[in-house]
Amino acid sequence: MIGLLLGLPLLLDLVLIWGPALASIGLSFTSWDGLGEIRPVGLDNYVNIVSNYPPFWPAVWHNLLWLAFLGLVATPFGLFLAVLLDREMRFTRFYQTAFYLPVVLSLAVVGFLAQLIFSRDYGAANALLGRTDNPVDWLGDPSINLWSVLLLVGWRHVGYVMLLYLAGLKAVDPGLKEAAAIDGANEPQTFFRVVFPTLRPVNVIVLVITVIEALRAFDIVYAINRGRNGLELLSVLVTDNIVGEASRIGYGSAIAVILLLISTGFIATYLVQVFRREEDQA
Amino acid sequence: MSGDRDTQPVGRRNRRPVGPWRVVIRVFLWAMALGWLVPLLLPLYASLRPYAETAAEGYFSLPKTLNFDYYVQAWQGGNLPRHFLNTLLVAVPAVVLTLFFASFVAFLISRRRLPGGRLLLILFTAGNLLPQQVVLTPLYLMYTKIPLPWWMSWPSELVYDSYWGIIAIHVAFQTGFCVFVLSNYMDTIPRELIEAATVDGAGVWRQYWQVVLPLVRPALGALGTLEFAWIYNDFLWAVVLMSTGDKLPVTSALNNLRSVYFTDYNLLAAGSILVALPTLIVFFVLQRQFVAGLTLGANKG
Repeated sequence: MIGLLLGLPLLLDLVLIWGPALASIGLSFTSWDGLGEIRPVGLDNYVNIVSNYPPFWPAVWHNLLWLAFLGLVATPFGLFLAVLLDREMRFTRFYQTAFYLPVVLSLAVVGFLAQLIFSRDYGAANALLGRTDNPVDWLGDPSINLWSVLLLVGWRHVGYVMLLYLAGLKAVDPGLKEAAAIDGANEPQTFFRVVFPTLRPVNVIVLVITVIEALRAFDIVYAINRGRNGLELLSVLVTDNIVGEASRIGYGSAIAVILLLISTGFIATYLVQVFRREEDQA
Repeated sequence: MSGDRDTQPVGRRNRRPVGPWRVVIRVFLWAMALGWLVPLLLPLYASLRPYAETAAEGYFSLPKTLNFDYYVQAWQGGNLPRHFLNTLLVAVPAVVLTLFFASFVAFLISRRRLPGGRLLLILFTAGNLLPQQVVLTPLYLMYTKIPLPWWMSWPSELVYDSYWGIIAIHVAFQTGFCVFVLSNYMDTIPRELIEAATVDGAGVWRQYWQVVLPLVRPALGALGTLEFAWIYNDFLWAVVLMSTGDKLPVTSALNNLRSVYFTDYNLLAAGSILVALPTLIVFFVLQRQFVAGLTLGANKG
């Protein structure tokens, strides 16, 4: 009984996650259409992807922009809101609710809602900016649609980050701040030199969430236009290569492995941080 | 943000005069909070008005007609009841199984000092952090090759295109996160509580079921709320691992409301709001649990 209850989840984890993850690495060195024979091709898939697959570099660039935008704009803004809300007494519940309401929404739903706001001919954004005569195609124009999407993704990310930091700030010992104030530190000094360093565990979590969100991003662009025409992402390329008529298993796997390589460093950092802390406590 | 305010004792914070900075901050927060609601309120408003009217007068105009026609149309035309049912068929078993497995594994790791428990914890936690796309291809191939009897998977008779397959991958992925959170939570339970029960001669199962589980109920409530929202919101697994349109969960079914030739954005907005409604209700009713769930994983002591 106990063996079964431990074995079943472990089996699911090994068979459905770790097995396929390793298989992806193996398949990335082969050429296979899913039906015929599997032919080892060495590094051909990787060479081909890097040198000869038009959507690859745009996708890498978009993923990086995604990461940069979430990390350098949305995350600091979330922290900023958390700091303000931590001090603010009145209406704080209203503010918090407004900011993290988007967190519960599915990104696919956000993608559909975006079309009403950003559509070229009748969208609210053009009406608001008075651009009805010379409308901007927010989601269709490949030079700007990524930014429209990032605005929406950031909208959701800010709330999430704010929530995590707010919880972290509430846990900071008020005595620390008082001591810093008595020592003559002004508020920014107190925050950056005293409070922020104690938020290190939250910082790590926020960093990992930001990276993972940026690398996993898929739903919203797929809901808007299936990730084409300016909205290419690595995750979309993986999906495109296995589902649909192409079925280039080895090729798709190689893109997935590239995604894995990018994320491994961050996953490892997180694990080291979390489990070392546990050792300290033990 | 002048520094002198904070030199006052904390107890007197509420009585301090409203300085100019405070007004600026308050105005800023109000503007931000209201701005944050616009992407939700605007579609809500538009979904109550006919397309012809908003097309002619714009979305920022006073209404001539306000009705729920689009909701009826989305509900029926998009076959939403069917897709809501599909989502429930996946989400409810997946959440229950995830919490059950995860709490038991966490119990063994945290309270029974299972040999190799630490390694197991790392395995589960790291698995949850992998990008889904890394497992996608082999998983898809595996699912298309494993048969299921017709009464479990019709018409494919495969794990592919069945609810079983979707439930299994959700459980596999989410168990990792929940084991991590729950084992941390269980570490905070005083040892004496478990030991008292052990003296009474309770076996492993009874310790888990009668002693530990009731103690972690708050964490289970929080995680259950969060997991329900996450699994409900899933889009990727269903898009890749399902093919029958009628069996798709509700988030992936919204595309039905869009035609190749013409998209009625107000109809799409009504559909989106209907789809978002269950998570919004969960959010407002169980807000505390939802927030606790999000911060539980992040803010362990």
